[in-house]
Amino acid sequence: MTLLIALTLFVLAVFLGMELISKVPATLHTPLMSGSNAISGITLIGALVSAGTDHSVLTTTLGFVAVTLATINVVGGFLVTNRMLAMFAGRKKNRS
Amino acid sequence: MSRLDIIDLGYLLSAVLFIVGLKGLGRPRTAPRGNLLGAAGMFLAVLVTLLNQDILTYTMLALALAIGTAIGAVLALKVKMTSMPELVALFNGFGGGASVMVAAASFIEAVDLNAHTTQISVAAAVTAFIGAVTLTGSMIAFGKLKGSLGWSGFPGLSLVRAASLLVAVPLAVLLVMQPENQGWLWALVAAGFILGVLGTVPIGGADMPVVIALLNALSGVAASTTGFVLDNPLLIIAGSLVGASGLVLTQVMCKAMNRSLLEVLFTAAPTGSSSGDDDYGDGVTATSGEEVAMLLEIAERVVIVPGYGMAVAQAQHAVRDLMVRLEASGVEVVFGIHPVAGRMPGHMNVLLAEAEIDYELLFDMDQINPTFARTDVTIVIGANDVVNPAARTDPDSPIAGMPILDVDDSRTVVVIKRSLSPGFAGISNPLFVADNALLYFADAREAVLEIVTALNEG
Repeated sequence: MTLLIALTLFVLAVFLGMELISKVPATLHTPLMSGSNAISGITLIGALVSAGTDHSVLTTTLGFVAVTLATINVVGGFLVTNRMLAMFAGRKKNRS
Repeated sequence: MSRLDIIDLGYLLSAVLFIVGLKGLGRPRTAPRGNLLGAAGMFLAVLVTLLNQDILTYTMLALALAIGTAIGAVLALKVKMTSMPELVALFNGFGGGASVMVAAASFIEAVDLNAHTTQISVAAAVTAFIGAVTLTGSMIAFGKLKGSLGWSGFPGLSLVRAASLLVAVPLAVLLVMQPENQGWLWALVAAGFILGVLGTVPIGGADMPVVIALLNALSGVAASTTGFVLDNPLLIIAGSLVGASGLVLTQVMCKAMNRSLLEVLFTAAPTGSSSGDDDYGDGVTATSGEEVAMLLEIAERVVIVPGYGMAVAQAQHAVRDLMVRLEASGVEVVFGIHPVAGRMPGHMNVLLAEAEIDYELLFDMDQINPTFARTDVTIVIGANDVVNPAARTDPDSPIAGMPILDVDDSRTVVVIKRSLSPGFAGISNPLFVADNALLYFADAREAVLEIVTALNEG
């Protein structure tokens, strides 16, 4: 991937992100933030490669810690978001 | 189809799942599905990455994944909803920290193999710095939100802060020019650590939602720049999506306080010099649970305005009891929520949802303000600055121009508050001496329970 293509992806994704989020109601700000936070754990993908290459002790250690931290971010983020959204949804069913 | 094609196709599908998932998170009805789609995207991305031929030591990965999953799951399932902001701050920090380590490891490896390019060096420098800021900034935010960190800086803090920001530029240039010298990389990380700590330490309660949103954006940016190090399009796309959405929320929070991001970051939160009780003289009318109950019995429409004090007192369940009791006698009860009520964007909505209060009863500032004029009783629970009419009337007030909830338009306002002490902004509130305002001095939870008891007896 050339730098220009990478930058193109970056800029387009930024615009797309702003477009997707711009009209979110306040009720969903917290779940949105913790859900998007979990997506930022995508760095896990990089961590898996870094930790798995077996290049040197230093890079493997860095990768190992990175995989652990990113996994906490990803698993915890999606789970806690799910828990919050279940509170919103469950309540509606009870009442109607 | 080659292994690489499968991986790239998998990444494309993940990116689509993230985009559809984020879009879904934007509407109440589709939000749970949106979250699941995001999680599915992540799962797919991990799965196809494990096909990568560079990966040699699967045992290490399995161990790290297992540890991370266990810790993440326990934290997510155990956390109290009042502590949600701390947890999100912590996760943000972990994401940022992971990005630093990935960028560092990949950069070191590329240099060892003599495969580094200017793009890799520049991206590694940027990631090391932003990721480090995110990591320590989030840890400080975590401590502050938890209430275990009272430190708010030292004289000359802004100078050290500016220095750590300025020194990052030459360090990054040196790193790009001499990639063999790992020292520059770690110096850059150290500068980021210092900036993260000093950037977050002076920021207090009311500005916290802005900081959490900003750190969220930074963790996304760090993941995105890691994508430039690894030449990985999925990291670039997913990271930028998060960065952009975090920035949008940051902007929303700033607007809600009538402050610019620069003001939040570089000036202290607006404070007055009010000492408390003396500002009000004899103008305050105190009330009791029985009296409020009597008012509520004859009310047709009641608006409840919850704030930080309600969250601290864990009064949300008591508030729900009050709502149910009032609805049973035919009173219309709705909630007015200021965008920065609570400690992260939308935190108050989550607390009320936890207490099983319908989100259709929650109205934001623009929706609720025109309705105060036809409201019999407004109950303000532990909210101070977001209902301070000085923001509207006094151009010299430190919070002048900040959009507020116009609770003083309603027939009677009951303010539940422990004392007359000024709120976070430290400014006196003319609402308390207004003719239609009654002050109920008590802990939020006890006061609401008292009112419910009085209603049941009366």
